[in-house]
Amino acid sequence: MLEKTGVPTEQDLAGVIPPRERLARGPVAVIECFQRIPCNPCYTACKQGAIREFADINDPPVIDFDRCNGCALCVSKCPGLAIFVVDETYSADRALVKLPYEFLPVPARGQEVDLLNREGRVVGRGRVERVQNAKVQDRTLIIWVAVPKELSMEVRNIKVGDCQ
Amino acid sequence: MICVQRTEIAIVGAGPAGLSAAASAASAGAAVTLLDRQEQCGGQLIKQTHAFFGSEKQYASVRGIDIARLLTEQVRALPNVEILNEATVLGYYQDDGVLAFEKDDRFQKIKPERLIIATGASERTLAFPNNDLPGIYGAGAVQTLMNVYGVVPGRRVLMVGAGNIGLIVSYQLLQAGVEVAAIIEAAPKIGGYLVHAAKVRRMGVPILTSWTIKMAHGQDAVEGATIWQLDEKWQPVPGTERELEVDVICIAVGLSPLAELLWQAGCAMKYVPELGGHVPVRSELMETTVPGIYVAGDVAGVEEASSAMVEGRLAGLAAAQSLGYGLTDAAGLIEEAQRQLESLRCGPVGEKIRRGLAQVGR
Amino acid sequence: MRIKEHPILTFPERKRVKFTFDGKELEGYEGEPIAAALHAAGVRVLRHSPRLNRPRGFYCAIGNCSSCLMVVDGMPNVRVCVEKLKAGMRVETQKGKGDLRAKD
Repeated sequence: MLEKTGVPTEQDLAGVIPPRERLARGPVAVIECFQRIPCNPCYTACKQGAIREFADINDPPVIDFDRCNGCALCVSKCPGLAIFVVDETYSADRALVKLPYEFLPVPARGQEVDLLNREGRVVGRGRVERVQNAKVQDRTLIIWVAVPKELSMEVRNIKVGDCQ
Repeated sequence: MICVQRTEIAIVGAGPAGLSAAASAASAGAAVTLLDRQEQCGGQLIKQTHAFFGSEKQYASVRGIDIARLLTEQVRALPNVEILNEATVLGYYQDDGVLAFEKDDRFQKIKPERLIIATGASERTLAFPNNDLPGIYGAGAVQTLMNVYGVVPGRRVLMVGAGNIGLIVSYQLLQAGVEVAAIIEAAPKIGGYLVHAAKVRRMGVPILTSWTIKMAHGQDAVEGATIWQLDEKWQPVPGTERELEVDVICIAVGLSPLAELLWQAGCAMKYVPELGGHVPVRSELMETTVPGIYVAGDVAGVEEASSAMVEGRLAGLAAAQSLGYGLTDAAGLIEEAQRQLESLRCGPVGEKIRRGLAQVGR
Repeated sequence: MRIKEHPILTFPERKRVKFTFDGKELEGYEGEPIAAALHAAGVRVLRHSPRLNRPRGFYCAIGNCSSCLMVVDGMPNVRVCVEKLKAGMRVETQKGKGDLRAKD
């Protein structure tokens, strides 16, 4: 179905979502890369050695969730913008999703934004906690957005209104 | 009076393939003349705002616009490369091996000992009623207008084709603040990388597979489009029509190699749909059936910029080696380039390319 | 319409120049393709086809396809997608095949 719609199915996602125990321990990368394509910058970007070296450059990435510390360095290095970091320990009822963002306007810290799912549908409101824009990210911003915990595996984009 | 200039290796086209060929041939020691019709080198890279796939060796994770700059700087730093920008190659004379080009409103000639043709590809079009209306543009054309010249094509776009170009240009339209009404794709599956598809989907753009355009509407320019669904035999299903209000229709249905010079030079050509059309028969070193004429990049078969760069390096090395340059390390570098090409093509997305290449070996 | 702000690209300041399109004065940036200047000014019809008199715009924008032929300073069949804009240029809609004799 992914090949028809561009949206991964629950079954696709089941293969990449970290185990519950790992999510309970803090931030971790979720790599939503389901197709064999010739690409490996996530491996070269990872300083933790959490993304396994590619035997064949076409292999989908394999991540060691125990080594991943959720630093998000890979998020802006992935040419497909397919990596997200999820922190389910952020607060009692909120999870933090760090997502790649290459649009205008850039949200401000503290701004309330619409939360979008993988189909671009609004699924709730969230608060921007931080906007990362270091030189090494090369204009792919990383937005830290606090979302209702039950939406941590749904929210993959934000929509920023024109004013605060 | 027209005098004929001379050079060891002439390269036509300064895109990813031509620039890479110039860098490798000149690094081996050959004197190179690189001709390109644009004022800026880089070919179509100069409008690619997204980061590239592949590995570090092919500048993965670097934006196309920056790869163009890096490759151009690399070539400019080599004293034995002459770059002729705004030089449009007009023809190749088989009898005496002379390449004719126009520059500064003058007809000029150059006679190279070796020739590398890296002219790239052109966008295809699609037949449907009113397909000639202004507002119906090649997807790459819209990319040029937007990303090179900073002009948006319109307000609301229908994208025809969900290959990599259709998906990428849709994303770039959104970045420029243009609405994308839908991406339609006649095939039952998305042809481009699924990560590109996911990027536009989460912006709310629908991708409709097994849909095609029935016709465009408008008086002087596009005002709308009718799309309809295809059945499993690719036949339109009457009654499924939907009207879309759009002022731009982008056609992203693939590229065809720009092979005119190869035909003129008398290279054996073969029609290979998997590679985009008529492509030259060539050796593993990218040499055509005319000795001394090499090819690289999309003109040799439509593929990715990453493989175009490696093919360019390979053709440059081979041409230089045939002139007696770089003999100490050329063999190793050639092997390395061939290995990289193999690894880029060995996955499922390279399956079509592999099938095509199997038909063009010399 | 021109892009004012872009998340990835910056467009450097360029020199504004005046030119005419079918007698009407327009503005564009020096050195950009005539077609870009026209498009930014909302002009999409660049010529009319020889036989059926159909309106045509550009298609490829890189000088391959010849969809965008116009009359520039009296010279017909100019590919305006690659011809650079200069101050004072006289750009006209091309009707049919264009007449070279008309230049003088």
